[in-house]
Parts: sequence; C-alpha cells; structure tokens
Amino acid sequence: MSRIGVFVCHCGENIARMVDVTRVAEETAKLPGVAVSVDYRYMCSDPGQNMIKEAIREHKLDGVVVAACSPQMHEPTFRAAVVEGGLNPYLCEMANIREHCSWVHTDKELATQKAIDLVRIMVEKVGKNQELFPIKVPVTKRALVIGGGIAGIQAALDIASGGHEVVLVEREPSIGGNMARLSETFPTLDCSQCILTPRMVEVDRDPRITLYTYAEVEEVGGFVGNFKVKIRQKAKSVIADLCNGCGDCWNKCPQKKIPSEFDAGLGYRTAIYVPFPQAVPNTPVIDRERCTKFLKDKCGICEKVCTLNAIDYTMEDEIIEVEVGAIVVATGYDLFSVGKDQPNEQWTGYGEYNYDAYPDVIDGIQFERLLSASGPTQGEIRRPSDGKEPKSVVFIACVGSRDPEKGLEYCSKICCMYIAKHAMLYKHKVHDGQPYVFYMDIRAGGKNYEEFVRRAIEEDGVLYIRGRVSKIYKDGEQLVVVGADTLSDSQVQVRADLVVLATAIVPHRDAYELAQKIGFGCGSQGFFSEAHPKLRPVETNTAGIYLAGACQAPKDIPDAVAQAGAAASKVQLLFSSDELEREPIIASVNEATCVHCRNCIRVCPYSAITDKEIKDKKGNLIKMVAEVNEGLCLGCGACVAACPSKSIQLAGFNDEQVFAEITALGSG
Amino acid sequence: MKIGYYPGCSLHGMAIDFGKSTAATCKALGIELVEIPDWSCCGASAAHSTSHLLGMALPARNLALAEEADLTVVAAPCAMCSSAMKKTHELILSDKETAAEMKRLTGREYHGGVKILNAVQIFLEYGLEELAKRVVLPLDGLKVACYYGCLLTRPPDLLKFDDPEQPVLMDEVCRVVGTEPIEWGFKTECCGAGFSMSRTDLVCELTRRILENAVNNGAEAVIVACPMCHSNLDMRQANINKMFGTSFDIPIVYLTELVGLAVGVKAKKLGLRKHFVDAMRLTERMVPASKRKAPVAR
Repeated sequence: MSRIGVFVCHCGENIARMVDVTRVAEETAKLPGVAVSVDYRYMCSDPGQNMIKEAIREHKLDGVVVAACSPQMHEPTFRAAVVEGGLNPYLCEMANIREHCSWVHTDKELATQKAIDLVRIMVEKVGKNQELFPIKVPVTKRALVIGGGIAGIQAALDIASGGHEVVLVEREPSIGGNMARLSETFPTLDCSQCILTPRMVEVDRDPRITLYTYAEVEEVGGFVGNFKVKIRQKAKSVIADLCNGCGDCWNKCPQKKIPSEFDAGLGYRTAIYVPFPQAVPNTPVIDRERCTKFLKDKCGICEKVCTLNAIDYTMEDEIIEVEVGAIVVATGYDLFSVGKDQPNEQWTGYGEYNYDAYPDVIDGIQFERLLSASGPTQGEIRRPSDGKEPKSVVFIACVGSRDPEKGLEYCSKICCMYIAKHAMLYKHKVHDGQPYVFYMDIRAGGKNYEEFVRRAIEEDGVLYIRGRVSKIYKDGEQLVVVGADTLSDSQVQVRADLVVLATAIVPHRDAYELAQKIGFGCGSQGFFSEAHPKLRPVETNTAGIYLAGACQAPKDIPDAVAQAGAAASKVQLLFSSDELEREPIIASVNEATCVHCRNCIRVCPYSAITDKEIKDKKGNLIKMVAEVNEGLCLGCGACVAACPSKSIQLAGFNDEQVFAEITALGSG
Repeated sequence: MKIGYYPGCSLHGMAIDFGKSTAATCKALGIELVEIPDWSCCGASAAHSTSHLLGMALPARNLALAEEADLTVVAAPCAMCSSAMKKTHELILSDKETAAEMKRLTGREYHGGVKILNAVQIFLEYGLEELAKRVVLPLDGLKVACYYGCLLTRPPDLLKFDDPEQPVLMDEVCRVVGTEPIEWGFKTECCGAGFSMSRTDLVCELTRRILENAVNNGAEAVIVACPMCHSNLDMRQANINKMFGTSFDIPIVYLTELVGLAVGVKAKKLGLRKHFVDAMRLTERMVPASKRKAPVAR
C-alpha cells in the first residue's frame, strides 16, 4: 500500500471562498493509500513547504499530492520541496482546485465535491508514478545568429565577448541592415552610420565570429544544444581571399542603371557591387540576374580590370554545415508597401493615395536615403520626379499601421519619432521649406522622446495636423493632400512638393517560411512569437532559439540592442554548463511490439521520431522500428495516441497512470 | 448578341441622350437589347433614403421579371440603376431573410440568375478585341478624363466592379476607340449628385474641383456613365463659370456616345446635340480608320 500525503491549499481566500478545504482534507484522508491529509492557508509559503517536507519524513511518504493552483504556477516549487524532503520530484503531483475549480464555480457544495474528486484522481495517479531522472544532453558551445542588422550584430558581439564562437549569417552582401541606411537617429541626431560602422568592423575583426554574407539558412535540424544547420552561401562570383575591395570592377561595370536596393530604388548600382562604401565585408558580389556576362555571355570587363584575378564566373553556390548549440533570430523588418500588389490577402494598398504611382510620394526609408550624406543626392533634399528642392513636404503617420481596413491593426511604434526627426532634419536643410505632419496621436514614450517631438514643433516650426489623409492627387507639378483637421473639425488641403509616408513596419515576406524551417512560432501578422509576452520576451517556445530586434515586433534601435543583449546573455547562460538537463517527460518505444507502421513518425510535430534498424550479431537486419530522440521529444503525446499497437508510452503519463485517473473519476 | 435591357426612368427622361446613344451604339455593334417586360422605377436615391425595404423591393421586382423572361444578362446603363440592382442581387443571395421578405413584398421570387451590367460592362461583355474591330472613326488622340463618380464602383463589397479607388476599366474602353485617357485625381470623387437642386452652391463647388483637375491634366472631354454626373458636370458648367469666374468649356460625353461615334453612328442619333456644353465639336476629331496616325490600342 502506498503512503501518500495530501496537502490542500486555501490560497488565502482564492480557493477557500468557494471550496470547503477542511472537508476536502478530511474526506481525502479516508482514501486508501493516503497516510496524511492536511490543509493550510498558503501551501507555497515557506511554512507550507516545510509542512510537506516534515510530513514526508514523519509519515515515510512515497507520494505527494498538492491540491492548489495550476501546475503552471507552482509545480516547480512543490517538486523542489519534495526533493528536499527526500523524494524523487516526479512523485509529486498537483490537483488544480483553483483555476479548474474555485475560480470558475459558484456553488460551494458542488465545488467542494469536485475538489475532492480532483484530489482523488491525483491520489490514484501518484500511486502509479515512478521515479524519473532528468535527461542529460551535451551542449555545442557555438551560436548561430541569423541576420546582420544592429540586433544581430549586437547579439554576435556579446556572445563572442563571452568567449564563444558565433556564426553570423546575412542575406545581403554586407552586414548593417536597415540601420546602415538611416541618416541620423532620434532623439540625439547622431549619425547612424557613425555609430554603427565601428560595430560592423568589430564583427569583421573578431576571430570568434565567422561571417557569411550573401548567404541564407537553408535547413535547421537537431535540438537545443545540438542544432545542425545548413547554410547556403550564394555564389559571389568574387574570391574573397584575393579581393582587396579596390573598386576597379564596380567603377568599370557598364551596367550602371540598376535600382539600388540599399537606396530604396532612389539611386543606382552596378551589376558587380558593394551595397554602400562602408560595407563589411568590402568584397563585391555579382548580381547574376543583371550581369551581361551571365545574361548574354558578353562583357567580362570586371575580370579584365581585376589585377588580383579575384573574379570567378564559374563559382557555384556552396552548402556549409555547422553545428551550434543555440540560435538567435534577428531578421529585422520590411516596410509595408502602399502599392496594389500585396504579399497576402489581408493587406490592401492605398488606392486613395494612387498606390505607388506618384514618384514624389515616398516612404520613410527613402526619405532617410535623401537625408543621408551617402545617399543618392549626397544629403541634399531633392524630390525624385524632377530633382527640385521641395519647399513644402507633408509627412503622413500611420500609413498601414493602426488601420484595420488595410489589414494591419498594430502600432508600428517608431514612426512618430522618425517623422519628428524627418521634419526637423528637413527644416535644418531647407530653411524656407514648410514641413507638415498628419497624425492620429503622437506616441513618444521613451527617454527624451517627448522633448524631441516638442522641439520639432516649437523650435523647428513643424506644423502638426491631427487627422487622417483621405486622398492624394496630382495637380500640375504639385501634389494635393486632402485630409481632416479633427481639432478644428475642418477639411484641409495642403499643396506639397513631396509626400513622405510613414508606412507600417512589417515582418520580412519570408519570415513565416523561416519560422517553419527552424521550428518556432509566428503571430498572426508574421512577427515571431516570444515564449511569454512579459516574462520570457527573448525566448521562443522552442528551447535554444532566441529572438532579437524587430523580427519579434516593431522596435527602435535602443530596444533592439537591449533585446539582442538579453538574447546573448540567455545563450551564454545555456553555454555555462557542459550538459543540459531536460525534463524526462518524453516518449519511448517498446521495440518488441512496434510494427513499424510509421504513424508516430508522421504525427510527431517535432520530427523527434525516426526509423531504427534492429540487427542481429552478424549484422543481418531483423526488423525496423521507430525510435524517439530524447533531445527532440517534448512529450506532447501525439505519438502515443497514434500508435495502433500501444507500443509507445509517455513517461509520467503512461497508460497505467492515465487509466488509474479515469477509473478514480468513475468510482467517485 | 442578345441581352436584357433596363433603361430606367432617366434614360427615358433627363438623360435621353444616354438612352438614345445606348440603343444606337448597341444596334451598330449588333447587340440586341430586350427590355425587361413591365419594368418599374428602381427607386433611385429617393426610395432607399426613405425606406431600406422599398429601395430593395423595387429592383427585386425588376430582377424577378428579368429572370422570368429568361434574361440572364441585363444592361442597366444608368449607374444608379445598376448599383441598386447589383446591391439587391447581392443582398438577396447572401441573406435568406431578405430573400423571403422580397418574395413576400413583390410576390415574385428572384433566384439570382441575372448578371447586371453597367454602361462600361456592356462593352467589356461585348469584348474589347471585338469592339476594336468595329472602330471605323477613332477619335484619334482625343484626351479624355474618365469620370467614374461614386456609384460605378461603390460600395465595392457589393458591386465588385474594378478598383474602387483607382478604377481603369472605362479607360480601357476609351483607349480602344482611339482616345487617350489621362491620369487624373478625381476619377471617383463625388459630384454632389442629388443635392443639385437643394444645395446648388455645394454641387457647384464639388463639380468645379472635378472640372478643374480634369482640365489641368489636359482633358479635352470628360467621359461619364451616370446621368446624375452628366447633368451636374454639363448643365452646371455655366453656373460654375458665373460663380467662380472660371471659363470651363469642356464637353461631357457619355461613354455610349463616345463609342457610338467611333463605330460610325451619326451624332444626331446619339443625342449629342442635346448637351448644354457643345459636344458636336468631337465629330471634328474623328479620323477615318484608314488615315489614323497610330494603330488603335489592343
């Protein structure tokens, strides 16, 4: 006969108000196998935990049931207490009589009866519990960082500073991300590139960081501490070891009219190019879809002018395999387009702004490039259509953001600030110009942010109009912006030479695909999901995978850097021991009865089950069975339900235990 | 090609030019128009502004009559009529209670078997390639502003016609008949419509903006497919010039008239003489197909 202790918690009034806890203790004391049953005001408090420990020793308990809140809340607390009392932690179970009972019922008599039932079920289960021991897996102390924007750079540098190897993968030919494209940053107006490029150089110089640019993550397998990653290094057509970045090739390339991605289409680049002068690495790549050599097998000038023989047209994509223990995803953001073509059915463009048909209606990142000294106009404000200096510029906030009609309900967070910055910088460059801002609210929560916006309004004379813009149309050389001024309750029309739209921050088009590939969650708008919105903001629900920057939600630079630092410290925490302990609640296969139907392999959401060959001593194949990878299995139980021959059991939830629970419920 | 025809009240009255040009142009193209037997007024703006049910019941009856007469496609050139019919069609199909209520009120059942065409859709249904073949006197290079107004595209969820903010289908028809549709910003702006009588001042201001943007963008004519738009833009032009000291003198032409001219229908048969602003000048711009400068698009 088992010797089980039952500990009923009042949770102050939370449980005791609706459940007669004294009666629960009295009734459950009569159950066969229960050696002791008590109730207490706060079981999770120190005295409460001590009661459990002492009872284990005094009554020589071999099982504990705590009737209290959800195991989500305090299971770790009570399991730790049980260990201190001298029992295996998995001999402790919780009966949830708060969330599942007192909080949701209104009849005290019935609720008390239900609480007794819930405890009885757990008493029956715990009698069948077995001791379980944590699974230990080794840790590869090398991290993969995906995305080389400011968040990825910060995470890589921090992990490397902690003494660990880092593999940094960037899709573009250079690291730097969106921050490298910005002119100056709010609220201090320091030059974005000036503060970013030293970090980029640091990445390049750090021997612990292996940098793959013009590369993408192709495949991720394995599990926390033991990921196996395949990286596709796209063919750069330039041998990095030979190239010294002299620039002869791109200066001589005859393809000079390719819209530059870095300049958001406002400037041009060549077919062999580095995206911007401070690029890291400073090795150019050949855009094979635009290069005459690849399209028509003519030209070949870059090869002729390269004195170092660094050009290699025959170079092929390469698959690089690395093993890492942790992954930091920092893939950043894109901007919503107001155009007609949208990446999904929920989003719609802005027909009322004539989609993206007016060249003098641009987005925020394009205006950044106009402001930037390294931009297509060398920092002079010139409008795209005719190169004239605009004397009246309208900035429109919340284009896409906070607009459920367009399919995006959320606030993009950074626009209020960068609009104030844009308007201010415009005024600094065009003294006789007039900036206008159409806004819904000014959201300037952040250190020195509100002061910055006030400065734009009060010192730089930016005209803020509270209202939405219903229409933009062309009238002669100017654009007419029609909107509402909701403070004076009137219609307004502003004639503008240039209109800048603060378009919404959206995830990368292929963000969902990447999340699928690696195996973690995405929210409805495609931003990556953190494990808990408050308490686990940098972890994903998949162990060993962390998030940094705007791929998780719209963020400004300080927030992205802070999150990257947090992700890096989580990685170092993971790398602080040589072995990882994992919950032993996993599935195992009975090889004697497994018929290798492969149902379990098909239903496993974590790809944790594989085929296994069983051979005799001579190496002859006897049979095929399924095998569970202890590192990958998260104990969901899907395979147990799918197995037709009952050959899979989940530790802690085996058939005997579950049937005991059901029988107990039926016998009540 | 044989299709049903719902002229509505306006094409018999104030917009007789729209009615005449629809009939003559369709005849020239070989489209036989069969009027819905015993049709009644659709209620236009008056019915639905007093009673939601009446606003649906009137078109529901006409739709049921069309169905009974085996007319699977019905042209309702007036934008108000086609809009009211399409809205009723969608609501009857999507809501069983509405369908039952309509059956009770009209004594007839409508099963949703009628495809309703506005003036632009008549030509789309006919086929633009086929239309191009029929063009004998293209209006070579005439710069036109296609004005859709409110009712051709809105409400977009029910009408499902073209892009509600930046429509292009009328432009495509105009291109086929040799004109050059301009890019402009007031394609779907409201002209004030029914306020023409009660708030003439307001309608004149709204209409002035539309005309101004069309002219500033180089339009030589404004093409419409709605009697209300036509009356406000055409009839009110003199008023506007008086009120604002402007000097607008731009013909406002129904799409059916424009296509009619290009396929060789005499201006008189199209009702082109009935306009307030002289539209007969368009005939001077017609060039026989054999002498035209550029090949007709498509």
